[in-house]
Amino acid sequence: MYDMKALYEAGSVEEAVRLRIEHPEAQIIAGGSDVLVQMREGKRAGKELISIYGIDAMRGVSIDENEAIRIGSLTSFSHITRDPIIQKYCNVLGEAVDMVGGPQIRNIGTIGGNTCNGVTSADSASTLHAWEAIVELTGSNGVRRVPIKEFYIKAGQVDIKPDEIQTAIIIPKESYEGTYGHYIKYAMRNAMDIATLGCSVNVRLSADKKTIERARIAYGVAGPVPMRAESAERYAAGKSVSLETVEQFGAEVLNDINPRDSWRASKAFRQHIAVEMAKRCLVCSIKLAGGEI
Amino acid sequence: MAQQYKLVTCTINGKEVSTMVDVRASLTDMLRNDYRLTSVKKGCEVGECGACNVIIDGEAFNSCIYLAVWAEGKNIRTLESLISPEGELSDIQQAFIDETAIQCGFCTPGFIMTAVEILESGKHYSDDELRKLLSGHLCRCTGYENIFKAVKKTMLRRLGKLDDPFLKA
Ligand code: FES
Ligand code: FES
Repeated sequence: MYDMKALYEAGSVEEAVRLRIEHPEAQIIAGGSDVLVQMREGKRAGKELISIYGIDAMRGVSIDENEAIRIGSLTSFSHITRDPIIQKYCNVLGEAVDMVGGPQIRNIGTIGGNTCNGVTSADSASTLHAWEAIVELTGSNGVRRVPIKEFYIKAGQVDIKPDEIQTAIIIPKESYEGTYGHYIKYAMRNAMDIATLGCSVNVRLSADKKTIERARIAYGVAGPVPMRAESAERYAAGKSVSLETVEQFGAEVLNDINPRDSWRASKAFRQHIAVEMAKRCLVCSIKLAGGEI
Repeated sequence: MAQQYKLVTCTINGKEVSTMVDVRASLTDMLRNDYRLTSVKKGCEVGECGACNVIIDGEAFNSCIYLAVWAEGKNIRTLESLISPEGELSDIQQAFIDETAIQCGFCTPGFIMTAVEILESGKHYSDDELRKLLSGHLCRCTGYENIFKAVKKTMLRRLGKLDDPFLKA
C-alpha cells in the first residue's frame, strides 16, 4: 500500500484541469516511476495524487498541421524509441530515452514526467533542449506553449501553472528538417543508472556537406538545469566540416557549462568529459548528416 | 479521509475478473493479496529489481510501481499463466532449470516474464541486445550468465536455430 491521502483519476485533459483547480495541494502522477518511488521513500507520503495515466488521448507521436512532430506527454520511452516518425526525423531522441533506467522503466516512464520533474539528469532533457522543443501546457484558459529552455525554471521546478498539465512536446519543422544528432550518456553502469553527464548535439550541413550551417548542443548535469552551450554553437555556425572545427567546438563548451562537484563525479572530471563528449557527438552528427570527417 | 475503494475489472492470465481494491494498493498488492498470484515477488518495491515484473498488454512492467486501479481493462499475465493445463512447464521455465539459471528463485518469475516478452517478439537478438533487454532485473545468486544462456537458447530453439555452431562454445 502506498501512503497516499487520496487518489483522483482524470479520464480527460478537461477533467485533469478541473481536478487541479479543485485539489491545489495534489501532486500529478503520470507513469509514477518517480512519484511513487518518492512516496515510498516518504518524501511525498500522505499526499493526494491526481492520476493522469488513464488519458489515452495524451499518448502517441504524430505530425501536426504545421508539420511539427507532436509527442503526447504520456508517450512512454519505449514507444518513442519504436516510433517511425521519431526514427525518421529525430532518431537521437529515441536513442536517448532508450538509455533511461531499464526496460520495464522505459515501458512505464513518460516523456512528460521526465521533463516535468525538472531534473537536470533526465535523459530526454538535453536532446529536447538541443532540438529547441516546445512544451504544450493546457489549463483553464486553453493552451500555452513555452520553449523548453524557459520551461525549466530551476532545479526541480518547471513552469506549470496551478491549473495546468503538460499535454505535449513539440519539435518544430524548422528544428528537425535536414538535422541529424547524437547523444552520449556518461554513467557508471550501462543500465539502471543516472547520467554523470549527458550531451546531445545535432547539425545541419550545407548542400555540399562541407559547411556546418547550424550546430546545437545541450547538456544534462552540466548545471542545475539542462543547458545549451551557446558559445560553442556560435563558434561552429558557418565553419567548415573539419577536425579543427571539432576541436575548437569542444574547447568552447567550457565557456558555457557550470557543472558541480557531487558524489557521482568532480567538477573537473565533468568538465573533462564534457569536452570529449561534445567532440564525439559532433563527429557522429556530421557523419549521420552525410559529411566526411 | 475515509478509505477509498474502486472496482477494478481486468483480464488476468486469460480470465476476466473484478475486485474492489484500495486505491492505495500497487498492482503487486492486488495480484498477491486478492488473486494469490505469489509468483509476483516483492523485492525492492521501488522499481529497481524486477522481481514483481508482469506483462500488461504485451509489455513488461514492474507491478510494484503500478497502481492497482490502472489495471482497469488491461490484460495481465503472470508466471502462473505459463504452465500448461496438464501442469507441464513451458520451454523457458524448463530452460531455466536445465541451465541452472535458478538458485534461490526469487528473481526467476520476473526474469521469465521479461523473457516471455523477448521471445514473443519472434526476433533474433544479438548477445548485446539480449543483455540490454534483461538489464532491468537483479539476481543476487546466479551471476546472470546462466540466465542469459537459458533465454538465448530458448530464443534460438523457437527460431529453429539451436544447431548454430557458435553456440557449442
Ligand atoms: S519489487 Fe518491483 S522492481 Fe523490485
Ligand atoms: S536466483 Fe536468487 S536472486 Fe536470482
